[in-house]
Amino acid sequence: MVENKKLFSVGQDIGRVDGVAKVNGSAQYVDDLSYPGMWHGMTKRSEVAHGVLKAIVKGAGSGETAFDWSDIVVVTAADIPGRNTILLMEEDQPALVSVGNHIRHMDEAVALVAAPTRARALAALGALEIEVEELAAAVTPDEALKAEVKIYGDDNIFKSFLIEKGDEDIDTLLASCAHVVEGTYRTGAQEQMYIETQGMISRWDGENCHIIGSMQCPFYVQKAMRTLLDITDDALVVEQAVTGGGFGGKEEYPSMIAGHAALLAKKAGVPVKLIYERDEDIAATTKRHPSVVKHRMGFDEAGNIVAIDIDVVFDGGAYLTLTPVVLSRGVLHAAGPYRCANTRVRGRAVATNTPPHGAFRGFGAPQTTFAYERQMQKAAKALGMSQFALREKCMLVEGDTTSTSQLLKGSVGSIEVMAAVKEHDAKALDTRIDDSAGASIRRGRGLAFYFHGAGFTGSGEARLAGRATVALSASGQFEVRSSSTDIGQGVRTMFSQISATALGVEVDAIEVVVPATNKVPDSGPTVASRTTMVVGKVVHEASVALREKIEAWAADKGMQGMGLREAGAAMAREEGEVAITSQYKPPEGIEWDDETYTGSAYPCYGWAACLIDVSVDLDTAEVTIDRCVHAVDLGKAINPTIVKGQIEGGTLQSLGWALWEEVIYKGGKVQNDRMTNCIIPTFSDAPEMTTILVEEAFDFGPHGAKGVGEIPMDGPCAAVVNAVEDALGELASASSFDTLPLTPEAIGRALRSVS
Amino acid sequence: MKIEVTINGEKRQVETAGHRRLLDVLRDEFALFGTKEGCGEGECGACTVLLEGEVVNSCLIAVGQVNGKSLTTIEGMADGQTLHVIQQALIDFGGAQCGICTPGVALCAKWALEKEPNASKERLRELMSGNICRCTGYQAIVDAVVSAQEGADS
Repeated sequence: MVENKKLFSVGQDIGRVDGVAKVNGSAQYVDDLSYPGMWHGMTKRSEVAHGVLKAIVKGAGSGETAFDWSDIVVVTAADIPGRNTILLMEEDQPALVSVGNHIRHMDEAVALVAAPTRARALAALGALEIEVEELAAAVTPDEALKAEVKIYGDDNIFKSFLIEKGDEDIDTLLASCAHVVEGTYRTGAQEQMYIETQGMISRWDGENCHIIGSMQCPFYVQKAMRTLLDITDDALVVEQAVTGGGFGGKEEYPSMIAGHAALLAKKAGVPVKLIYERDEDIAATTKRHPSVVKHRMGFDEAGNIVAIDIDVVFDGGAYLTLTPVVLSRGVLHAAGPYRCANTRVRGRAVATNTPPHGAFRGFGAPQTTFAYERQMQKAAKALGMSQFALREKCMLVEGDTTSTSQLLKGSVGSIEVMAAVKEHDAKALDTRIDDSAGASIRRGRGLAFYFHGAGFTGSGEARLAGRATVALSASGQFEVRSSSTDIGQGVRTMFSQISATALGVEVDAIEVVVPATNKVPDSGPTVASRTTMVVGKVVHEASVALREKIEAWAADKGMQGMGLREAGAAMAREEGEVAITSQYKPPEGIEWDDETYTGSAYPCYGWAACLIDVSVDLDTAEVTIDRCVHAVDLGKAINPTIVKGQIEGGTLQSLGWALWEEVIYKGGKVQNDRMTNCIIPTFSDAPEMTTILVEEAFDFGPHGAKGVGEIPMDGPCAAVVNAVEDALGELASASSFDTLPLTPEAIGRALRSVS
Repeated sequence: MKIEVTINGEKRQVETAGHRRLLDVLRDEFALFGTKEGCGEGECGACTVLLEGEVVNSCLIAVGQVNGKSLTTIEGMADGQTLHVIQQALIDFGGAQCGICTPGVALCAKWALEKEPNASKERLRELMSGNICRCTGYQAIVDAVVSAQEGADS
């Protein structure tokens, strides 16, 4: 049995394959790398939210003698060999603002410098002067929607969506409902705050360019460089360095830094390293979209949902980036995992003169999830039902349809996750009042229930057609080659397990290659809770095919009974490398209409419920999270320890967003650009967590696995806010709890406004 | 100035400006890249080292302050190829994800368990609250450190 276990590693707690290098400090992140003669680059940024760049001047500096520019390289838009854009979806965002053109946000890149040392580069940055004609700016969606300042098109709307389900008029239906629950929910920007700031190194060898750095999606960088550098794929290698966290923040922005590093290295003629300072990273790179969600739900007397009407507005920032896709996911999740025949969801993403917002774990769903789970708490109270009873009554189960009329069949873990959490509801709240220090403590409990679509939306995975290769190398080593980057989530370990299990070998027989565009096929980006479910499936299929090929070869040679490693080694000696590349084919019956936004939005969904107990100190308005129970349906845990780590990490990011994390803007400029004032939770802030893995297999995923990366970010936020409302009850109005974050200052204001 | 310092049991010296950050000198002069920079202002703890056995942020220490003293960096935590019990526990419990905070977390845990071998879970969280991790939600790290603590007891 022990032997079988070794050969069937899926479902087991294998320590991460890159674990030793990470605990002994030998893992090499981009800032740990250097090349002979390497210089250091820095970015000159705008100091207005909107304006016209008039000139870039090599100034004299502030020293006693004029600044010496002899060992400095300056790059401006005029040095760009290709088109001046960071291409992802559209070409609206320049790599560097060119003279005569518009600056559209604070901290936008206008020029680059490189020097032999960081100190010299910093001095050059200070001496480089920019002349700007400042223009009126629109820094909030409300201002931008007036369209007096034109940022994008005529109306400043990047994208709008409308989802409609049911034939009846929503307004008429709502007017006839026994209970209507209404609210306006506001969430702020959230910083990913990966502990490794962003960075890249580029070096050129003649016309060939090499870029290495911290990133999620090497092929996104490749695509952007084709246009910016006017370079062919053969002449460019984009390679991932060990990456210190991403959470979506290293999905799109790395293309900007890669381009900057490559432009500097080309002009300087030496390798150039460009590493962001923390304040620069917070001020300039993308964050979660701020949102305003207006939500109306109508119920009948028995607690059935009759109609839902939702209006979603996301602040997209100054350039399009990934905003339409984030908004899409936001509206697709907005009606929640609840049964309702009549739904209307309208969504708009608005251009403003603020740094662009972009991908962050959850990708639009956390904003709309917060709104509907606050609504459900209010509805249960209005109907006189328990928080569990209302959700159990209304939740989607197998055979129901979503807001896009997608029929749910198979892998629906709604009942199971709710039951798993409900067991923990039996424990009574600790209602003892702790007045030991004269403090007055209130305690409360909150629930949230939610779902998250796994993989790209609609026919996205069919379009992506992600590929992965499993190879027996000439030296007899098994290699998995994909562009799925390990950014901490453990993909290298889980792919080892999936491939080893399919091949019937031990995990240590597999090497998962670190992605570089010249070594791996394009498996699609490392985003959207798709890596294990989609790319893992391709790895599984390629591994099965390779095993069959080796077995057939061995049989042909009369080598039956030999283990696959030995047979593979023999085959490699005679045949050289044997590689199988598979391509993702989505499951049958996924039909999606992009025009009407109806059909199967996602191949399957993850399901989750979270129960949270809090204490609120009435004197200091501080919230302490006493308990956090989180049940998540992920189909199959390929590696339970690793996947629990994903859930717990996402949970704390959600709790942080609810209670502490706030990016403050003034005139479009980030005011708190340091870890000292842009705070995230510490060991002391985090609760002890109970994480329950529910496995409702998705037949089309590897061993039944489906996406799990994002769902833990979606709901704990609403659960903790619902718990705070439960604790404070009549001491504050319900709408006090509809705006994030619920800092002590916000709670204090809410308490004072009633008393 | 000339700095003489014992790093991971080995006497080292360097001629450098005394005001340089210890973090930079460790990385740039001694090629000890396991000490990471996360914020540069003493908030995140990624640059944690032990100075005379006490936990410090090397981004806040001028190298002149360590002259004649002894330092432990992450490179000195394992005994050759044998990982320290805390390092092994971090792997076993999933306490390292992206790994950028891990060197600092491991050293801080070592300091915490040496300082207060019988610390409760809550106390361990307090002792380690100067080290920020964005990946794990801290649970796996706490579980790893408690396991190392129990291992030390038995």
